[in-house]
Amino acid sequence: MSVTSDTAGKRPSIINPGRFAGIADRAVPILAALTAVTLCFGLYLALWASPEDYQQGSTVRIMYIHAPSAYIALMAYVVMTSAALGTLVWRHPLADVAARAAAPIGAAFTLATLASGAIWGKPMWGAWWVWDARLTSMLILFFMYLGLIALSRAIEEPARAARITAIATLIGFINIPIIKFSVDWWNTLHQGASVMRLDGPSMPASMLTPLLVMALAFTLLFMTLHLAEMRTELLRRRARTLRLRAARNAG
Amino acid sequence: MLAAIYLRDVRLAWSAGGGGGVGVIFFLAVTAVAPFALGPDLPLLARIGPALLWIAMLLALLLGLERLFQADHEDGTLDQLRLADTPLVTVVLAKAAAHWTAAALPLIAATPLAGILLNLSPRLLLVTLASLVVGTPALALIGAVGAALAVTLRRAGVLIAVLVLPLSIPVVIFGVGAVEAASAGRAIGPPFALLGATTLVFAVVGPLAAAAALREAD
Repeated sequence: MSVTSDTAGKRPSIINPGRFAGIADRAVPILAALTAVTLCFGLYLALWASPEDYQQGSTVRIMYIHAPSAYIALMAYVVMTSAALGTLVWRHPLADVAARAAAPIGAAFTLATLASGAIWGKPMWGAWWVWDARLTSMLILFFMYLGLIALSRAIEEPARAARITAIATLIGFINIPIIKFSVDWWNTLHQGASVMRLDGPSMPASMLTPLLVMALAFTLLFMTLHLAEMRTELLRRRARTLRLRAARNAG
Repeated sequence: MLAAIYLRDVRLAWSAGGGGGVGVIFFLAVTAVAPFALGPDLPLLARIGPALLWIAMLLALLLGLERLFQADHEDGTLDQLRLADTPLVTVVLAKAAAHWTAAALPLIAATPLAGILLNLSPRLLLVTLASLVVGTPALALIGAVGAALAVTLRRAGVLIAVLVLPLSIPVVIFGVGAVEAASAGRAIGPPFALLGATTLVFAVVGPLAAAAALREAD
């Protein structure tokens, strides 16, 4: 910690924690406003302006929540993995703050994916849950998030907690491609990929546009929550340092 | 040096409180509880038997993990190992191999007995045994990573299980897949190749990650 705070003084950039907090203070309200506007527009497109599916009727609209949540659930883990590299390679304190802040958000979006998937699955497949490759791998992702959160909270010393959790995050990344490609590798009940395909999306534009707007809205939402939580985490750490200093002075 | 670590760990595991023996009893107990839960339907048990054996193996291998590095960390052996000339990565590999020998090998030896209890045909039993021999090293290596991550924690057992089980899933999928392919009359080559590949991947990644985690333990 002491080494990095020394160099941080000489390097006035965005990766300086103090400067970062200032930027986050200004960015969070702007991002929140952007999120609200995009989300309202996306929800209007998704719930009113988009056509019903010829097979699934209105139920298809769950997709506009479900698919973006799933995408954020995976993206949060990718963010955590790059932050873990930042922790291990450059030992930067902000990288750990980013990883720690992303974990609960990722877990929440994974839960949202599972819940919206269950609500969608009940009328379509006749069951809340099936042991399908994609569903099961998302559940595993949820357990991975919870395990990482538990691990980082179990180690008391912050610097060590950061590096141990970073190692665990990198190892867990092995499972991410398995989750992403589970629908392509195992031919199961869950439908195949229909947006990110080599031969272009297999979806009419009237449904693709709301989906992409919702994906953008969810990305903005993730950025807002992540920045806000990172700012909170920085404050939490500053409070901890002050508390330790007060205890030392008192003793 | 590595042979010494390996032999020492195996000897310690087998002498100290009969870790290997208790593991076998646990393994057989888990397999014996399943028919109580499922009902004594022999064809059903024969069908899901290999999967039950894999689950019992996974759970039994979690038992000794907590102590894999913790005992060495407490009495200072780990510090000596870190200072030694031998790279920590190979030390981890030797300790994982010792864990496999002490914990998994007796379980594999007990598998035929459990297989008879579950009414497995000799051919399926043979394939199950082969899949366990190829797959359990991966479980031991993943377990070593979990044990290294939680080495400084008290009561780390549950946390290790939470960290290790998600990573073990590909191993279980390919292991049970091999047995299912055999019982359905399909080629068992591809699932075995995937299982072997998983073991090899963890043989490379596991010790690296575990050694990195152990260096953080002061």
